[in-house]
Amino acid sequence: MRHTDKATGLGVAWHLAIAVVVHVATGCVPAEAPAVPTLRWYVFDEPSGAFAEAARRCAQASGDAYRLEIAPLPTDADQQREQLVRRLAARDRDIDIIGMDVIWTAEFAEAGWVLPWEGAVATQATAGRISATVDSAIYQGRLWAAPFTTNTQLLWYRTDRVETPPKTWAEMIAMAEALGERGMIQAQGERYEGLTVFFTSLLASAGGAVLSPKGQVSLQEGPTRDALQIMKRLAVSSAAGPALSTAREDQARLGFETGIPSFMINYTFVWPSAHKNAPKVAAHMGWSRWPAVSEDHPSRVTIGGINLGIGAHSRYPDLAFQAAACVASADNQRLAARLGGLPPTVEALYDDPGVRRTFPFADLLRATLKDAVQRAQTPVYNDISLAISRTLHPMKDIEPTTDVNALREAVGRALRSEGLL
Amino acid sequence: MKSTMRSQYRLGWLLCAPAVLTMIVVTGYPIAYSFWLSLFRYDLRFPQERTFVGLANYASVLTSEVWWRSMANTLVITIGSVVVELVLGFALALVMHRAIFGRRTVRSAVLVPYGIITVVAALAWKFAFDPTTGFVNALLGLDQAWLTERWSAFFVIIATEIWKTTPFMALLLLAGLTLVPDDLLRAARVDGASAPQRFFKVTLPLMKPAVLVALLFRTLDAFRIFDTVFVQTRGAQDTETVSVVGYNTLVVRLNLGLGSAVSVLIFLSVVLIAVVFVKGFGTSLDEEQGES
Repeated sequence: MRHTDKATGLGVAWHLAIAVVVHVATGCVPAEAPAVPTLRWYVFDEPSGAFAEAARRCAQASGDAYRLEIAPLPTDADQQREQLVRRLAARDRDIDIIGMDVIWTAEFAEAGWVLPWEGAVATQATAGRISATVDSAIYQGRLWAAPFTTNTQLLWYRTDRVETPPKTWAEMIAMAEALGERGMIQAQGERYEGLTVFFTSLLASAGGAVLSPKGQVSLQEGPTRDALQIMKRLAVSSAAGPALSTAREDQARLGFETGIPSFMINYTFVWPSAHKNAPKVAAHMGWSRWPAVSEDHPSRVTIGGINLGIGAHSRYPDLAFQAAACVASADNQRLAARLGGLPPTVEALYDDPGVRRTFPFADLLRATLKDAVQRAQTPVYNDISLAISRTLHPMKDIEPTTDVNALREAVGRALRSEGLL
Repeated sequence: MKSTMRSQYRLGWLLCAPAVLTMIVVTGYPIAYSFWLSLFRYDLRFPQERTFVGLANYASVLTSEVWWRSMANTLVITIGSVVVELVLGFALALVMHRAIFGRRTVRSAVLVPYGIITVVAALAWKFAFDPTTGFVNALLGLDQAWLTERWSAFFVIIATEIWKTTPFMALLLLAGLTLVPDDLLRAARVDGASAPQRFFKVTLPLMKPAVLVALLFRTLDAFRIFDTVFVQTRGAQDTETVSVVGYNTLVVRLNLGLGSAVSVLIFLSVVLIAVVFVKGFGTSLDEEQGES
């Protein structure tokens, strides 16, 4: 190196700059040490941070076998699916673990977007899980995801106005009508997935099903008519709020928190929410099993929740199975329950004192989940759901006798991927 | 003589070639491929079950109530927004034309809405009309959930479109206004023509080519409306437009065959609109030619 006097300052600066660059470069990309694979977990943006904490714990427990990074998806389930399927259909290798809504199992499995769970990891992922939550991850006899969190609806009511909670829908509507202005029933009547869920629960409670076990249109005459009759009866009753046809879960919750309605059909998130936003309402908030269709058969309510699937084009499938099994373990489910209020799929956790503090209704929740019904398990579920919600919206215009056939036709068309929806 | 003509002709084609090739690659190929896909029953969820079905997808779309209703919705939005835009755009163009001072400032100010990203504008209008967070209800003393009913939702969608694209219309019309020679207007004035007469008998006929081009562009644009509807209602309350139907079929349901058929039909509708304007109203895309 040759330095003239004048250039010394410049030369030093130049060397320094090179040194810094070299240092930074080597610091960022260690040439020698083996890179730790980073797994990406695509899941909805969980606000409490429970998922992020679970991911951190699992990576740590693996002894640096992998790093687990969360790729947040929108909270809206439709938009989560849209983003995922576009990437999966294009064979995106970045997707290692997928937080799958229970209704995507058949679609993702049939399209070959997720890998089946087999052997020891499968046993680990299903041991001690409530059977309905395992069923939600099964398609054509194989397990396609690890049951992680679950959910279902309960009946919420005002203990200061209702002495014994109603057992059936007929009873509840009569009770609500007798209560006059405060007798409103908050339910989901907007044209979206929630309306399909409502119909599915009613149909199953009446003893029917949308599809037969072989995957053909079922919708038996009797049970379907019973379900439609209840929907119609509710919608034209004074017990239905004026906004029933645009109400989703959140509108129902907000409505109940005003203190006027006496009944609500909704998921468990309404419990912490009422305590936070409307303590006066929460003080008189009781829970009971989702109303039945007839007194002889207890209700069967639609199951929801998130299962963990492994992307078919993942670069590290073995590590991804390992990581997903860890995230879905009992410890992390407890964390998700405690922080995020997400009901666990591990049955024993419903006896855990911490979980029971989060869910004082844990026994009812477990009992409901044990009888829970699955939404139609078919790759075209999305189309079928659209067909159902479009046929039945608005509920006040349902004609129970003629709409049984309309519904069958619409579902049949959706099943054959025919026509626009 | 003849050979120079031919070599000029060839040079012309050679000079055009890059543009033609680019157009073939970026528009010709996708359109042809969509048409090809639309002849299949092809669902990304069942990639193995791809079968040739001829025009069955088109029959399925064209006999569907969903398609015709969305077509009606699209026409409501298109006509509703373009008519108002034309009137407002004319008013703005006249103001800009006559502005004596601050001409540049006025022209840039008018352009602001057009410079805003459609999704942002749609969200801003959605928030403005929201019953709990918006200011519109408070301003008008109303208690209306605008986006939960069909016609009020249309109103918000159309208003957003008008607000956003009137500047575009105004600019095209302003260009037309500058084509009207001042001598003609002065001569008309000397002959005793009133202001409305001068506008309708002199300015408007001379501007016809510019007006038709502006209308054509905006109609084509408005017919393909997607973002505003998607952001504000997602097609609920029966406000689905043909583009939203295409999106639902193609992107949500992953039905490539049916979705491509919808896309091709939208493309054909757009071509039809262009043909009607060009042949029916004599719109010339070449303004010099139109003037002669």
